[in-house]
Amino acid sequence: METFDLLAQGLLSALQVHNLIYALIGVTLGTAVGVLPGIGPALTVALLLPVTYKLDPAGSLIMFAGIYYGGMYGGSTTSILLNTPGESASIVTALEGNKMARQGRGGPALATAAIGSFVAGLLATLGLAFIAPFVVKFALSFGPWDYFALMVLAFVTVSAAFGDSALRGLTALFIGLGLGLIGIDLQTGQTRLAFNVMDLLDGIEVTTLAVALFAIGETLKTASDRDQANTEVTAVKGSVWMTLEDWKRSWASWLRGTFIGFPIGAMPAGGADVASFLSYSTEKTFSKKPEEFGNGAIEGVAGPEAANNASAAGTLVPLLTLGLPTTATAAIMLAGFQQFGLQPGPLLFANNAPLVWALIASLLVANFMLLVLNLPLIGLWVKLLTIPKHWLYAGILTFATLGTLGANGAMSMGFGPVRISFELVLLLAFGILGYLLRRFGYPIAPVVVGLILGPMAEQQLRRALAISQGEIGVLISSPISITLYVAAIIAVGVPLILRLRGQGGVLRQLATDED
Amino acid sequence: MNKLLLAALVTGALSAPAFAADYTIMAPAGPGGGWDQTARTMQEAMQAEGISGNVQVTNVPGAGGTIGLAQFATQENGNPNALIVGGYVMVGAILTNMSPVTLEDVTPIARLTGEAVALVVPAASDIQSVDDLVAKLKENPGAVAWAGGSAGGVDHITAGLIAKAVDVDPTQVNYIAYSGGGEALAAILGGQVTVGLSGVSEFASQIEAGELRLLAVSTDTRVPGFDAPTLMEEGVDVAVQNWRMVAAAPGLSDEQKAAITADVKAMAESATWQSALATRGWVDTYLDGDAFAAQLEADKSATEAILKDIGLVQ
Repeated sequence: METFDLLAQGLLSALQVHNLIYALIGVTLGTAVGVLPGIGPALTVALLLPVTYKLDPAGSLIMFAGIYYGGMYGGSTTSILLNTPGESASIVTALEGNKMARQGRGGPALATAAIGSFVAGLLATLGLAFIAPFVVKFALSFGPWDYFALMVLAFVTVSAAFGDSALRGLTALFIGLGLGLIGIDLQTGQTRLAFNVMDLLDGIEVTTLAVALFAIGETLKTASDRDQANTEVTAVKGSVWMTLEDWKRSWASWLRGTFIGFPIGAMPAGGADVASFLSYSTEKTFSKKPEEFGNGAIEGVAGPEAANNASAAGTLVPLLTLGLPTTATAAIMLAGFQQFGLQPGPLLFANNAPLVWALIASLLVANFMLLVLNLPLIGLWVKLLTIPKHWLYAGILTFATLGTLGANGAMSMGFGPVRISFELVLLLAFGILGYLLRRFGYPIAPVVVGLILGPMAEQQLRRALAISQGEIGVLISSPISITLYVAAIIAVGVPLILRLRGQGGVLRQLATDED
Repeated sequence: MNKLLLAALVTGALSAPAFAADYTIMAPAGPGGGWDQTARTMQEAMQAEGISGNVQVTNVPGAGGTIGLAQFATQENGNPNALIVGGYVMVGAILTNMSPVTLEDVTPIARLTGEAVALVVPAASDIQSVDDLVAKLKENPGAVAWAGGSAGGVDHITAGLIAKAVDVDPTQVNYIAYSGGGEALAAILGGQVTVGLSGVSEFASQIEAGELRLLAVSTDTRVPGFDAPTLMEEGVDVAVQNWRMVAAAPGLSDEQKAAITADVKAMAESATWQSALATRGWVDTYLDGDAFAAQLEADKSATEAILKDIGLVQ
C-alpha cells in the first residue's frame, strides 16, 4: 500500500503545470534527437545536464525522462518513413515499417510504433516500480555462458527470419561478423584488422553501417533503376489510422515485445538492439501471416518497437537498484542524479524514496506526453512520403550525411590541405556495399545484426572459457543457458515442422487471395 | 530543428576557431564516461567562475583516448585555447595500441583528480582478506578470475602488479575484461568471477550495502570513508592510483603554458569545482609543474614495465 501512496505523491508532483511543460520540452527534444542518426540520447542528456542544474530535482528528472523515452521513440519515425534507422534499436523497425510506408500504410506503422511504445513504456515503468528487485536478481544471475546462449538464440532466430535463401542470409551475416572483428580486442587490448588506421581502432560504428546500408544503398539502387525511379509511391492508402484489423494484430505483439524487452534491457550486457531482434523473430514465429514478413507485416513493427521502449525502462532497473549504468545515457543520468544527492544503489529505495518515486512518476508522465505529442503528428509525418522521389532521396542523403558528421565530425583524413572525414568515407563505402547487396539480392539486415551481435557473442564466449579455464562444458552448465539453447532449437524447428505439414502453403494461399 | 542545431554545435565546435580565452575541451571518450564528465565539470566551473566566457566540450571517443589524443596533437598545434582531458588509462592505451602519438606530443598541464582502485569480493566469497586471495593465487593462478575494465587499463595493471609482488607469474593472471566498471560490477555481484577491480567510487554503494567486501585499496594511503587497508599494509608491495589530468596543445610558448596553468589552477581551486568533486565522489589530487611531469614520467616507465610483464606489450 505504501508503494501506491508514494507513487501517487510522485504523480501529483509530476503533474504540476510547470513539470508538464518540462516533460513536453523533454519529449520534444528527445524525439527530435532520436530522429537524426548520429546524435543519440547520450549526447543530448550530456549537453542539457548544465541546463537542468538550474531546475529543481523533480523538474530535471522529468526532463531526463522525457529525453530518454523520446530518444528511444524518435528513431522509429525515420526508420519507417525514410528507411534510415536513427539508432541500432530501430534497425528492425525499418524492415517491416518502411515496407508498410511504401504501401501507403505509413500511418498505421507510425501509430502502432507510438502506441506500442506507450504500452510498453507504461508496463515496463510499472515493472520498474514494483518488481525491479526481482528483475535485477534475474539479470545478475546471467553469466557469460548464459549471455553466449542468448546470442546463439538471437543469431539462430534472426538468421532464420531473414530472407528466403539461407546461403544469402548467412553470407550477409558473415560480412557483418567480419566487420565486427575490426578494432581493439577488449580482452587483450590488441588491435585487429585496423591496418594502422586510427579511426578503425574503435571498430565500425553500428549506426554508420546501418545508415549506409539502408539509406545510401537504397538511394543508389533507386537512382540506378529507371523503372523504380518512375514508380509512384503511394503516400496514403486507406486510413492514416490503425484499422480494427491492425489493432487485433498489434496488441499481442506489444505485450510480447514488452515481455522480451524489459528483462533484456535490465541485463547489464543486454541492450535494446538485442531485444528488438529477438522480438522480431518471435513475431515472425507467432504471426498468423508469417509470409507477410519482409513485405510489411505490422507485427514486425509493433513487437520490436515495444521491446525497444520496454528495454529503455529495463536499463533503469540496474541503474536504480545497483547504481550500475549499462548504457552511456544511463551513465550521464547517474551523474545528473548525483547532483541532487540521489545515490543510486542498493540503498536508494530506502534512502531517497520520494525522489525515486518522482522519477518513476516522471517516466509515466513523459511516456504519456510522448503519445500526446506523436499521434497528432502522424498525419503530418506521412506527408513526407508525398515528396517527389528525387527530392526525397536527396533529403535522405543530406540527412544521413549530417547525422554521421554529427556523431563523429572528426576531419581525420586528409589529402594535403584538404581535410575529409573518415566516417563519411566509411559511410559512402558501405553505401556502395549496400547497393551491391541489393543489386544481387542479398538481405541487408543480417550484416548489421552480425556487426552488433558478433562482438558481443565473441566477448561472452571468451569470458566464459577464461573463467572456466578452457572447460567447454561451462557453456551448458546453467539452467538458463540450457533453456535458451532449447528455445533456439524450437525456434528453428517449429517453422520447419509447420512448413513440412504444409500449413505455410495454406497461409500463403490465403494471403494471395486477400491481395 | 533542435537536432540540426545540436549537430551544428558539435561539428562547429570541432572546426570553428575559438575566441581568446574561450576554451575548447576535448574529452577523448564518448559522453557519459569519466573523462567526459571531467571535461563537462571543468566547462561548468570555468564558466561559472568567469575564468572563460565560453567553453565548448567535444567528444572524440575511442581506443583508450588515443584516437582523440592523435587528433588533438595534429590539429591543435600551437592553439592556446585547446585543452584535452586524459588520464592514467591513456598511458597504458598508448603502449598497447602502439599509438603513433604519445603524451610527449601534447603539453600536460596538471593532474586534477585521483582515485584508488578497490579490490573487492562478493559478500558470499570465502576470501576474507588479501592474504586469502594471495594464497589462492599462489595455489593456482588460473583459478582466480579477476574482473575489471578493458585489457591494459589500470585495473588490469593492478592485477598484474599484485601477482608480480607476490611472486606469481603475471602472464598467468586470469583477467576478464569488461567494457566498463558497471558491467564488471554485475559479474562480481553475480558471483561469476573471483575478485573485482574498479575505482572505489564505482563500488561504494555496494560496499556500504554489504553486498561487496572491500579487501584493500591500491593507493599508498587509506581512502577516507572506507574501512579497508592499503595493499602495502597487507604486505603486497603495490601502490597505484588512477588519475585524470588536463593537457594543452603542443607547440606552446612558456608564457602561453603559464597562462593556461594559471587558469586551470584557478578552476581547480574554485568553489564550483570543489563542490562538484564532493558530489561526484572524486578526490582532489591537484598537481602541476615539475612535480606533475616527474610523476607522469615515473608512471610511464612503471606502466611499460608491467605491461611487458603481463605480455600485452612486446
